[in-house]
This record gives sequence, structure tokens and C-alpha cells, in this order.
Amino acid sequence: MSAASPRLEALIGEAQRVLAICNACRYCEGYCATFPALQRRLEFTESDVHYLANLCHNCGACLYACQYAPPHEFQLNFPRVLAQVRQQTYRKYAWPQALGALYERNGLVVGLATAASIAFLFIFTSLVSDPARLFQAYSDAQGSFYAVLPHNLMAGLFTAVSLFVMLAFVMGFIRFWPDLGEEPGEFVKPRTFAEALHDVFTLKYLDGGSGDGCTYPDAQPSYARRTFHHFTFYGFMLCLAATSVATVYHYGFGWKAPYALGSVPVVLGIVGGIGLIVGPAGLLWIKSRRDPELVDPRQDGMDVGFLVLLLLVSITGLALTFLRETRAMGVLLAVHLGVVLALFLTLPYGKFVHALYRFAALVRFHLERRRPRPGIAPE
Amino acid sequence: MSYDILVLGGGNAALCATLMAREAGATVRLVEWAPQHFRGGNSRHTRNIRSMHDAPADVLTDTYPEEEYWQDLLKVTGGQTDEKLARMAIRHTAGCRPWMSKHGVRFQPALGGTLHVSRTNAFFLGGGKALMNAYYRSAQALGVEVTYDTEVIDLEMEGGTFRSATVIRNGAEEKIHAKAVVIACGGFESNLEWLREAWGPPADNFIVRGTPYNTGRVLKALIAKGAKSIGDPTQGHCVAIDARSPKFDGGIVTRVDCVSLGIVVNKHGERFYDEGEDFWPKRYAIWGRLVAQQPDQIAYSIIDVKSMGKFMPPVFPPLKAGSLAELAKMLTLDPAALEATVRRFNDAVRPGTFDHTIFDDCVTEGITPPKTHWARKIDTPPFYGYPLRPGITFTYLGVKIDERARMIMADDKPCANVFAAGEIMAGNVLGKGYIAGIGMAIGTAFGRIAGEEAARHVRS
Repeated sequence: MSAASPRLEALIGEAQRVLAICNACRYCEGYCATFPALQRRLEFTESDVHYLANLCHNCGACLYACQYAPPHEFQLNFPRVLAQVRQQTYRKYAWPQALGALYERNGLVVGLATAASIAFLFIFTSLVSDPARLFQAYSDAQGSFYAVLPHNLMAGLFTAVSLFVMLAFVMGFIRFWPDLGEEPGEFVKPRTFAEALHDVFTLKYLDGGSGDGCTYPDAQPSYARRTFHHFTFYGFMLCLAATSVATVYHYGFGWKAPYALGSVPVVLGIVGGIGLIVGPAGLLWIKSRRDPELVDPRQDGMDVGFLVLLLLVSITGLALTFLRETRAMGVLLAVHLGVVLALFLTLPYGKFVHALYRFAALVRFHLERRRPRPGIAPE
Repeated sequence: MSYDILVLGGGNAALCATLMAREAGATVRLVEWAPQHFRGGNSRHTRNIRSMHDAPADVLTDTYPEEEYWQDLLKVTGGQTDEKLARMAIRHTAGCRPWMSKHGVRFQPALGGTLHVSRTNAFFLGGGKALMNAYYRSAQALGVEVTYDTEVIDLEMEGGTFRSATVIRNGAEEKIHAKAVVIACGGFESNLEWLREAWGPPADNFIVRGTPYNTGRVLKALIAKGAKSIGDPTQGHCVAIDARSPKFDGGIVTRVDCVSLGIVVNKHGERFYDEGEDFWPKRYAIWGRLVAQQPDQIAYSIIDVKSMGKFMPPVFPPLKAGSLAELAKMLTLDPAALEATVRRFNDAVRPGTFDHTIFDDCVTEGITPPKTHWARKIDTPPFYGYPLRPGITFTYLGVKIDERARMIMADDKPCANVFAAGEIMAGNVLGKGYIAGIGMAIGTAFGRIAGEEAARHVRS
């Protein structure tokens, strides 16, 4: 694959150059896991570069601290080159392989997927139910959603998509992990796995290395990015929890959606939905103010596409929750499910995959940390 | 425009003075010649401050008492130091870290990945540029006026009293009046002509590791206006660095850290000094001068594969060959001469237990110069070579000061409103030699003293 991609080859070469300079300097050692990890190596294989790139959280601290950052003649821009590599990681390890190219023009993909999903749901809706039912106001009786869209269709569609998404993730992981030179069993060692989870749940590496916060969107330390990412992450988790509880309600107890406003899935969904508005909106806001030196602008489509989809999911979800007894319910339901479907479809080919590779990289960091260091003399 | 205090320079000492003066209530204007991206002088390339402590303290382990610090300094300077000022700087380092932290400087926890010097030195998280960023942020928050791209071209003095400075920015001259001035604008190491005056033609082959903005213009002006100079213009921090480094501003990554593991030869393929004399970083500061004394100021560090991975990776890849003759050709050395030198060296190596982390018992016998530690035969291909040049980091020629950081005139009287800090007065403490982190110690101590004293002068 790498031979077939001249851009990847050039990029890996540039990353190797940058990593070699960093390895000779080492001033950034204390900022995050990426630096101790690179310092274990004297040379960087292509796999090493993918590993280190995915360990990088693009917090910006090293760029502002770098004595070799542009306009210095070494032109060392560590976070940017690793951001560029990350996109190539996603592409390289994507499954099915042919879909890896979607990362390059992801904004368009997201738009098309959303439009297609909504259209798809509308067509199905009108096929299976007459238009009168679509624009009818329902009382908050259990099962009104299914009067618009049959449950089996909805469940079947989402199950199929979810299974595909999970398969794509598993396959991506199966291609990535052994390429790092790690055994499958190493991934699930409880201690290192737990440490990586801790890093994910706390976003440890967006603390700037000292607790002042990371230098994003600019040189001023700030917790903005970590805060908005937490809103997004936990909002997403709460929405997943809401769906899971609702599934149990449906199959375990035979209770049909929509559920009462005070019910567990609705409360989880409302809180999660608010998180998924605050978080993505905040991330979009700081993205608009960030230092262009920090990032790879070619990935804006991917980042913005994903954040906008998350926003649309939460906005339509909340609208559906509060307008479900009006005539707008039918359309809102189709639109909401449409954007959720679009989100799911694009998960393996958009910004969401950073979660997969970053988590794998963090697990590996904690594995490596315990291994004996290659013998480099103390300074 | 008129200010209480004008600070010339934009490195560590300048910012320490600025912040102290501003905290004392003075209005401060700081002029930095470099553009914003390259602000901070050589402080941008530093990493730590050598700090005394009588008990483990925050990022510092064990103890490093004043006396030990002083003895370390005495050893490298060979007594060419002002004990009173040196001890002031040493004592100052015991207590300055909380103030630094208050201004946003962060230190690296004493965990030490590759660093095992956390007993004597406190490391800045992210290095010197991160430290400078913190100070500039703090200065901005305190309302200090900072202008970049501003070169100081002259100072107006009236009989030992500072009146104003003339600066040039975007081609336009400006006269800045102030009640006091803090001069913290570095040495002259990036003035190639001045280096040549001091060193002669060998200076043409020097590489300047730090900022290209330390041209010594203000230093020269001060000496011309009757300031008492101190120090030898050939003394400074001069190390052996990779000959392929950029002419200016290459910084830390240009160092070559395998000198003690192999042999070093000159352009005739001959060894000229005991490579095993001492450890990094002590040997580090001597090899620049050694290479400067060799013909054409070039030398080559040669190791074999046994040493690979035993030293900090340099920024440029080594030249690599399957045989010594082939390596010699790559290094433009006479193959026969290099082979003969290595043969003589190998024959002189006595059996010992190699350990590059201690003074081991691997020595040579019967050759000159000897190699007194870490001597192992160079016999296992591939062979590697790094070309070396003198890399000058900073100079020690400067102006004499008193313990209030006031500049002393040729008549030994202090100027009431001229204060000096940082590299421009480092020669008061460092007559020669170097120990890691002492530059930042001097800059922080006298920068803070200068700022405080300047503010005191303005108030009185």
C-alpha cells in the first residue's frame, strides 16, 4: 500500500526527519507521551511513525516551545506533520481498503451520506405509511414512533449499519496493531488497558504537561479544548447509554418508545444531547480561532463534517424529544434517524476513527513504558 | 517617549529585569532586536538552571549546597571568577523558582527519562523557548511595552549617566528616554568580524550555535563610552559540534555526543587529545577549543558499531562505511593515515571492563595522547564518522558590574542608572570554562537584581 502512495512515502520521510531532530533535542520530553515514546528509538520505521502520530493529541505545546519551529531553517512543525500522518494512517489501515480514500474528501462524504440517509428514510416512510400519518400529531402514547416508521425496519437498518461499523473498526484495528509489532494478547492486558482508558477518560494529554492546559487554539494555555472534548465525548457516551437502555426496555420489557420525559433513556438522552451541542459547538468555535500553523488544514472537511453531524444529531434529537406530540414529529423522526444513520455510516471513514488508533497507541505506550529501554547513555 | 526603565535585549535576563521592575511599579519598555519568532536570544536554546538547594526541593533531588556549587564553578573557571558575585548568583538560585513559577515558568518533574542531572539542575518544561514564552506572556499581562525588530544603535550618556537610547525599527530611528536602563543584550559571538579580531583566521570556521542577533554593538558602544570591560574575548562557551550544522542558530541538536566512545582525529588523521578524559557534559565544553586549535578547525569523531546507541542521537546521520579506508575517503582523510592511527590506537588498548556510565578501566598504554577511559578497539564494522567544528555558544567579554548590577566605569565608579545583566556581564562570574545551567543562573540572578535596583533608583 505504501509503495502505491507517493504522498505517504514523502510524508513518512518528512516525519522521520522531524522525529530525528526531536530525538536529538528532547526538550519537549515532559509534554506528553509522544516524546518519551520517540526517545526509546534511534530510528523510525513507517510503523513507528504511524504509532507516534496517533499518540500525538495535537495539543500544540511542542510547537510553541520549539526552537526549530518555522521560520527556523529546520522548519520543524511536529504537530502538523503528525496530523498529516494520522490522516494517512486512517487511510492506510481502513477497511475495506478501497474506502480509505474517503478520508481525503470527507466533508463531501458526510454531506452526501446525510442527504442520502434522510432521503432514504423519507422514501421508506412514505412507502410504508401514508403521508397523513407522517404529518399527524400523536399523543405521547408508547409506540407513536413506530406508527411513522415500523420498528423492525428501523431496528434492522440500524443493526446492519452498526454491525458493519463495528466490523470496519475491528478490521482497522487488526490491520494496525500487528503492524506495530505487537501481539494481540498484549492489547488486553488489564493494567495497561486500564491506564490507557484512564488517559482517554481524563484526556490526560490535553493538560499541557503541567496542568495549565494545552496551547490550543493558540499559544495561551487553556482548558477549552479539553472541556469541549469532554462535553462531546461524555455527551456521546450518554446518548449511547440512552439507546442501550431503550433497547433493553423494548426487548426486555416490551415498553415501546417514545418514553416519558422523566424516564431513564430520555433523561440520559437529553443530558447527552446537551453535551453533544455544547461540545461540538465549542470545538467548532475554537477551531475557527486556532493558529493555522498547528494543524493540517486539508483535514478541516473531515473534522468539521464530523462535528456538524454530531450537532445535527443532538439538535434533531432534542427537537424530537420536545416536539414529539406535534405534527412535526414524523418529519423530525425521519430527519433525526437520517442524520444518526449518516453519522454511523461515516464513523469508520471520518474523524471518529481517531478514537480507535489513539486508544491503541495509548495502550502500546503503557506497554512499552514497562519494557527495558534500549541502552542510550544518560545525558 | 519616556519611560521609567528601558530594557535592552529580550532574553532571560532582560525579561527577569523587566518583570521585577514592573512588579516594583515602574513603567518599562523592552526593545528586542529579533523578530517575535526568534525572541529570547540564546535563552531560547537553553534548557535548565543550575540551582543550589540544601534539601530536596520541588524538581530537585538530594542536596546541592552552596559550597559544592562554588567548588564546581571554581574548578571550571580556574579561579577566574569574582567570588562575591558568583556566590550571589549561586545563592539566588536557591529561591528564584517560586517567582519563576508565578510568571508561568513550568519545570519538568525530576523523573529523568534520559536526564540524570536532576540533582544540580532544574529543567524547564519544554525548554528555554517555553520559559521565554511564559515571561513574555507575563510581561504583556503586566502592561510592559515590548517592541520586536528593534535594533539599539547607540546610547546617549552624560558623564556616567544614561539619558536615552537610539533604536532603529522599520528603517526609522527613535530616541527612547528613560530614568534608568538595563542592558541585557548578550555578547558578540554572532559578530563574525569581532570573532576574527579575537581569534584570527580560525574564527572563519566557527559555527555560531545561538542567536544571530548577538553582534555586540551595545557592548562595543559601552566600552567606547568608558565602561570597564571584563574578560578575555577568546573565552566563551565553545563546544565541538557537527560540522554540517547551520552557520547560526543550530542550538542543542548540533552537539555530537560520542567523542568519548571512540577516537577524534584531525585533518591529517592524527589523534590530538585524550578522548576519555572526562564525562559529558564536562568534556563537552573543552572540545570546541581543542578543535579550534587544529588545522583548518576540523576534526572527526570515529567510532565503530559497538558504540552505536550508547549516546544521545545527533541531528545529522553519521557517515557510515564498511571499512576504515572507505570511511576515510568519505571524510576526505588520507586512508593510510587513518588506518595507521587506528592500528596504533588498537594496539595500545588494554583489556578492561567497558562501562560508559562510570570512569571505567578501559585504557591505552604506550601512545600519545593516551585514552584514559572507555578505550575499546575500533575494529568492528560498520565504522561511523562525525565531522566536528568549533561551535561557539556565547562569549564572556563583557562589562564589569557591582553587586547591585550597576555597570562600573573605567574609573571604577558605578553608573547610577545603568544596570547590566545576562551574557553581557557573565564574564564577571565566568572567566573561562562552563558548567551546565550556570548561564541561566547568572542571567536570572542579575536580571532580577538589575530590575529591582533599577526600579529602586527610579523611585529614589
